[in-house]
Amino acid sequence: MQVSLTTPPVAHVTADAAPVLRLEGITKTFPGVKALDGVTLELYPGQVTALVGENGAGKSTIVKTLTGIYQPDGGTISLGGAPVHFATAQDATAAGITAIHQETVLFDELSVAENIFIGHAPRTRFGLIDWPKMRRDAQEILSRIDADLDPDMPLRELGIASKHLVAIARALSVDARVVIMDEPTAALSHKEIEELYELVERMRAEGRAILFISHKFDEIFRIADRYTVFRDGQHVGSGLISEVDEAELVRLMVGRSVDQIFPQRAHNIGDEVLKVVGYAHPTEFDEINFTLRRGEILGFYGLVGAGRSELMQALFGVTKPSKGAVRIDGQVRVIRSPAEAVENGIVYVPEDRGRQGAVIGLPIFQNVTLPSLAQTSRHGFLRLSEEFALAREYTERLDLRAAALDQDVGTLSGGNQQKVVIAKWLATKPKVIILDEPTKGIDIGSKAAVHGFMAELAAQGLSVIMVSSEIPEVLGMSDRVIVMREGLIAAELEGEALTPENLVRHAAGIGARP
Amino acid sequence: MTSFLRSREAILAAAILALLVLISSRFPAFVEPGNLARVFTDTSPLILLALGQTVVILTRCIDLSVAANLALTGMVCAMLNAAYPGVPVAVILILALGMGAVMGMINGLMVWKLKIPPIVVTLGTMTIYRGLIFVLSGGAWVNAHEMSAAFTGFPRVDILGLPVLAWIAILVTGLFFLGIARTPLGRAFYAVGGNPHAAVYTGIDVGRTQFMAFTISGMLAGLTGYLWVARYSVAYVDIAGGFELEVVAACVIGGISIAGGAGTILGTLLGALFLGIVKNALPVVDISPFWQLAISGTAIIVAVAFNSRSGRSKGRIILKRAEGHA
Repeated sequence: MQVSLTTPPVAHVTADAAPVLRLEGITKTFPGVKALDGVTLELYPGQVTALVGENGAGKSTIVKTLTGIYQPDGGTISLGGAPVHFATAQDATAAGITAIHQETVLFDELSVAENIFIGHAPRTRFGLIDWPKMRRDAQEILSRIDADLDPDMPLRELGIASKHLVAIARALSVDARVVIMDEPTAALSHKEIEELYELVERMRAEGRAILFISHKFDEIFRIADRYTVFRDGQHVGSGLISEVDEAELVRLMVGRSVDQIFPQRAHNIGDEVLKVVGYAHPTEFDEINFTLRRGEILGFYGLVGAGRSELMQALFGVTKPSKGAVRIDGQVRVIRSPAEAVENGIVYVPEDRGRQGAVIGLPIFQNVTLPSLAQTSRHGFLRLSEEFALAREYTERLDLRAAALDQDVGTLSGGNQQKVVIAKWLATKPKVIILDEPTKGIDIGSKAAVHGFMAELAAQGLSVIMVSSEIPEVLGMSDRVIVMREGLIAAELEGEALTPENLVRHAAGIGARP
Repeated sequence: MTSFLRSREAILAAAILALLVLISSRFPAFVEPGNLARVFTDTSPLILLALGQTVVILTRCIDLSVAANLALTGMVCAMLNAAYPGVPVAVILILALGMGAVMGMINGLMVWKLKIPPIVVTLGTMTIYRGLIFVLSGGAWVNAHEMSAAFTGFPRVDILGLPVLAWIAILVTGLFFLGIARTPLGRAFYAVGGNPHAAVYTGIDVGRTQFMAFTISGMLAGLTGYLWVARYSVAYVDIAGGFELEVVAACVIGGISIAGGAGTILGTLLGALFLGIVKNALPVVDISPFWQLAISGTAIIVAVAFNSRSGRSKGRIILKRAEGHA
């Protein structure tokens, strides 16, 4: 398809206009599983429709159906009133439907221009790629969205926000009528999110229909015109955002009302467990000093890229600090590897859920005992009875539902796999557990379960470090909060000082030293 | 039990059985115990190398240098024996194990410390080790008459009706069963291949585990190098040329996933036996040995197709009511 840069913006359409894209009675069944059960979805030109639902409600499946990756088993898709069928992703793109994914699906080794035009690059008379035209067109589209990017720059050199811009430029290059944005702000900082909102506004003004998938209620109410709610693969409600409130959306999503959000905690904070003195890294962080006490939940707040995860990885021995010391229970310890961290009672649950996942192929009990093998073996040989006992103790504590402990962990549902991973860490009897964005991208119901669990761990005397970018979570769960900015500790907040305004102020460096 | 009957090991065992029945219908002497023992002995080098390769593949690596390692170690042992016939076999065995292990360590170190992809590392060392044989021997052969009787006789010593070579394969297989099931290192091989990121955060050193796998693989290649040269009573530059591919084939047919983290020692054993039987049976039933290549190739593709079919995702459980059924 050729780029039509001269297309004039379509006039803003009123709310009662006909939908440009209409899905009706869409059903998608996987072996033994009905992922979508007769769902309806309408997208209107010049309007943003927010699609909300808990994890596993069928949001990803509908996106894949819309973009031609899945073919529905039943139901109809009509575009501009005419029924359409997308056999491949190319069909969907050709029809003017494009998706911007949470993890951008672009090519790191190709240039910005190539990424924008891949699949529909301008050709010369001889059928070869017309590089000068491609660069020119790319430059033109980028300048239209105020993106200051060099078309020849390899994509791998860009940050996530810039990659989103490239994805948006790609959407514009095919003159997409329907733009699907799948949690586009999940990994962006505050400023980047604001810029993204402006782009959404612009695309709306140009008359494009936008499907906006998000877990964040504030942004749904800020930029969406309409909402559609899915629950367990079914359509449970839709309408105008102006006619709904947060409580109603939550009620639709979970099928019950959620009033209490954060667990009440008894604050039995004991002696100092961990003391970090003068931790520094050549490029990532410097002058890190803090203490952690028994039974305490210490929040780490900051913008994305403030160096929080990097600090945690150094504490866990994944990377090495250039200087500084760690004292555990008052004694100086050197942590050079994750194995030494585990030995010293520090465990780390990383942010990337694919990474923290279970080892598929190993049975449940072997997953649980993986970091505790020294404890369950004698003379270098593993004792299976010991392993089973350890695995049983901790999986029962977490109320894991499984037929047998020697069953492959891959046969468990996601939630139960998560429990296996947590059981694994608890079985090492840690003193300090570091949770990096423990509730990122998970639904409200699961969030509450994670929060409850954290509170319970702290009550049992475990010290928790929680890295989180969600202000309500930081405020609701932490006894004390350290705010990081650009690799340094910007503030340590406690009690009265623990307010949303203070968090944002210190994280953004407003009124801070120059 | 039912789950075992549906496992790929059981299917492979059934295929081997069917193969034997088919061969015996045309040539009954093939399945006589004496001949089966001969076939097993003949397959022993393949079993030894395939076991080493198994742990390497489990950790998401591959060792293409095993055949060159075997040939180089074999040549060094043969030249040592030719020059100093008095050196006892025990010393030669230790030398073979040690030399093989060192060559494996070289592979492992480059994968671990320099982060070079294993296929590149072992492709390089394969050529280097093979080239070193020529440098050492000047292209000359070490023939049977230059080797001592003790040197060539050791693999053939008969114990309870089986030669030492077969006993070594049985012993090493037993050690692997034990090591994989009952040692932290055995567990680490699966964890590293199954989910390397999770392994790091669990405190398992991925690079070190891969290094250990290469060391084991190299050690077995070295040991087999001496046994091979002694059994055939000849050493030259090209011995076991291309054998590394047969070794990888045995693993793949046995169900060791090339993606790492999945497979069993029993599977590898059966995969090697399958290839060994095919190789030994074809000349007997008067089929050109070139068919062996076609049959091995078909077996590999069937095995891999089987793997990817069983590994296919069953879709996500999204509907609440589907939970528990899947």
